[in-house]
Formats: sequence, structure tokens, C-alpha cells
Amino acid sequence: MHEYSIVAALVDQVEAAARPHPTARIKRVHVAIGELAGVETELLATAFATFRGGTRCADAELTIDARPAAWRCPKCAATIARGAPLRCEPCGAPAKLASGDEIVLQRIELELDDDDDAKEAPDV
Amino acid sequence: MCSDCGCGDPDVVPLEIQGRILADNDTNAGHNREHFAGAGVLTINLMGSPGAGKTAILEATARHQAGLRLAAIAGDLATDRDAARLERAGIPSRAITTGSACHLDARMVHHALHALPIAGVDVLFVENVGNLVCPAVYDLGQAANVVALAVTEGEDKPLKYPTMFLKADLVLLTKIDLLPHLDFDLAAVKDALARAMPEPRVIAVSAKTGEGVDEWLAWLAARRAALPAPTAGAAAHGHHDHGHGHGHEHGHDHSHAHDHGHAHDHGHGHGHDHGH
Repeated sequence: MHEYSIVAALVDQVEAAARPHPTARIKRVHVAIGELAGVETELLATAFATFRGGTRCADAELTIDARPAAWRCPKCAATIARGAPLRCEPCGAPAKLASGDEIVLQRIELELDDDDDAKEAPDV
Repeated sequence: MCSDCGCGDPDVVPLEIQGRILADNDTNAGHNREHFAGAGVLTINLMGSPGAGKTAILEATARHQAGLRLAAIAGDLATDRDAARLERAGIPSRAITTGSACHLDARMVHHALHALPIAGVDVLFVENVGNLVCPAVYDLGQAANVVALAVTEGEDKPLKYPTMFLKADLVLLTKIDLLPHLDFDLAAVKDALARAMPEPRVIAVSAKTGEGVDEWLAWLAARRAALPAPTAGAAAHGHHDHGHGHGHEHGHDHSHAHDHGHAHDHGHGHGHDHGH
């Protein structure tokens, strides 16, 4: 259950990104999780719901973009069928993972306070 | 739009980040990697299920190695039993007791490095917590990932735990002395590995009989030979290949382990662990 440790790192990163906007509310957190990243998206959502309390993410919603694994031949760019051996038979080349191992914080959505001058807010 | 604070209609603004959530761990892993490069040590992250035979393989490695100086960091939820076993096998070791954490991360390994000098060591094994899922997610700064898969675990493990095998540079198929007692299908596990690893590499070993251990040692030697030349500041490990190679295994050799040039402040560590 490393999803809790992933959420701890995620919340740290979100709070760091939101630091220039100390009065803004964090409304939404967008992440991309690859099928082969080793992160279970449902557990991640549960962990986020549990862990966000007491942080600046307390009212934030988590949006998870689940990315399927995509394997390709590095030479001819052919797609390797799901579940097939990870090798391009015509080229004899080992397949490369084109996507599906992401554990990425994409963006956050901030609701700015009237007083928040986004450009000149002091760093806290 | 804003219903709870009466502030009017504040803008909701997106803030693009596009960064790895584990960036902090990646940074720490990079720091470990610099340590390892500086010391010229080959660091292996050894992963696998509980009971896959990780510790036994390292014990066999110590028994069969010829002149390689080994060290180990062993992660365990609750005990230091593995580190104690490795110490008894002649491998200077430190335990990381993770509590509830199901994996090692780069910071834990870095912390252990403070207590385990690696100057003069040829191969450092990081024996991860027994788990086929979580450890695969965390870079520790290792040069290679090795996954131990016991023949008692079933041929389909690579299909069930694809992330772990995707990250593996080598799979050690362990406990092959048990094959006569099992219906284990070697071709089936190789087929499963080919669907989880683009470049599957498997060595079948038995810690008990020693079968396959020479091939494993040859793999380690090749990986070690492929390391870039050590970075300045810890330049001396080329020398370590001579001289005190058997040091860790035999108590009487420990006295030799000192006085080998610049690395002394670290180098003594091994000896002291053994009661000198």
C-alpha cells in the first residue's frame, strides 16, 4: 500500500506549487497514472480522500487520468498487441514502452481570492 | 460561483505542473547514485516476494564469490533478521526496519549509507522488502534491478505483477533444486517473462546446491565491468580488486583491510563490524 506515500508526496508538491497563492483554495488536482506505474488508481483516490484532511488539499477533488500501457517497436513504430511478447517480430527489436508508466502531477486548479494578485503574491 | 466565502466570483485558474509525483525520491536516488559512482560500487536492488529466497541467494553469493567485496542493506518491516543472516554469511550489512512501509525509498537507503561505509566495496546489495508490487515504484539509485522469483511461486507471476518484471534487468529463478518435486513449467515462465520484459534475462539458481551461482557471479562481474570509471574523490577502488579480496568472509583477514590508501576512514568500518 504505497499509495499513501504517493499521496504524501503529491500533497507536498501541490502545496509547494500553490505557495505563491496563500489565500487561494485548491479546487482540483489532476494526475496521470499509467497502467504499468505500479499505482492502483482506486487506492490512490481512497488514500487522497483520507490524507487530504488538514492540508491545503482538504477540499480538493482528485482527477485521475488513467493511461493504458502502449508498447511500440522503436524501429518501425508498430504497436505491440496487448498481452503479446514485447518484441517486434519483423524487426527483431525489443519493444519500447510509449506510455503507461506515468506517475505525474499534471496541474492544479486554484480558486483565487479577490485579494490574490496572482502575479505579485508574496512567497510564504 | 463561489458559494462559501462570499468573495464574489473569483477566477478558477489552472496551474500547469507536469512533474513526477515522486520527484523528491528521484532527487534522493540521484544523490545515492552519485555516492555509488564516486565509490565505484555496483549497487543492485534485489526485489521479490517474501520467501522468494533473496537472502539465501546473497548468502550463496558470499560463499561462492572469488574476491568480490560485498555489502548489503536489508529492508524488513519488523526485524533485522535478514541483515543478521547476511552478517553471519560474511557480508557487512545494515538493516532498515521500515515499520509499516512496504518498500524502501531512496531516503531510507541514503540514511543506511551513513552507517555502512561503501568505499572499497565492489557490490552493494539492497535487499528490498519482500513484496512484488511497491518496491518497483521507487528508484533507490541502483545500477540494476534484480527480481528473485522462486519456482514454488508459479509460472504466471510475471503476468500478474507486470510492473515489477518490467523494471527488472535480471530475473533470478530461485530454488531450482526443488524442480523435481514440482510441476513447474520452465517454458511457461519464460513465455510469461517475454510478455512482461522487452529484454528478458533469466538465470536459474539454487542457493542450496550452488547451481547457477557462477552464472550469476559472471553477470555481476559484467555489470561491474560496465560501470563508468569512478568519479574523482573516491578514485581508488581499482586497487581494491587485489589484496584484501576475501576480507569479509574470513575473520583473520580483517587486519589486512586497513591502510589501503585514501579510503581509510571508510574502509575500517567493515573490520569493526566484526568485532575488531
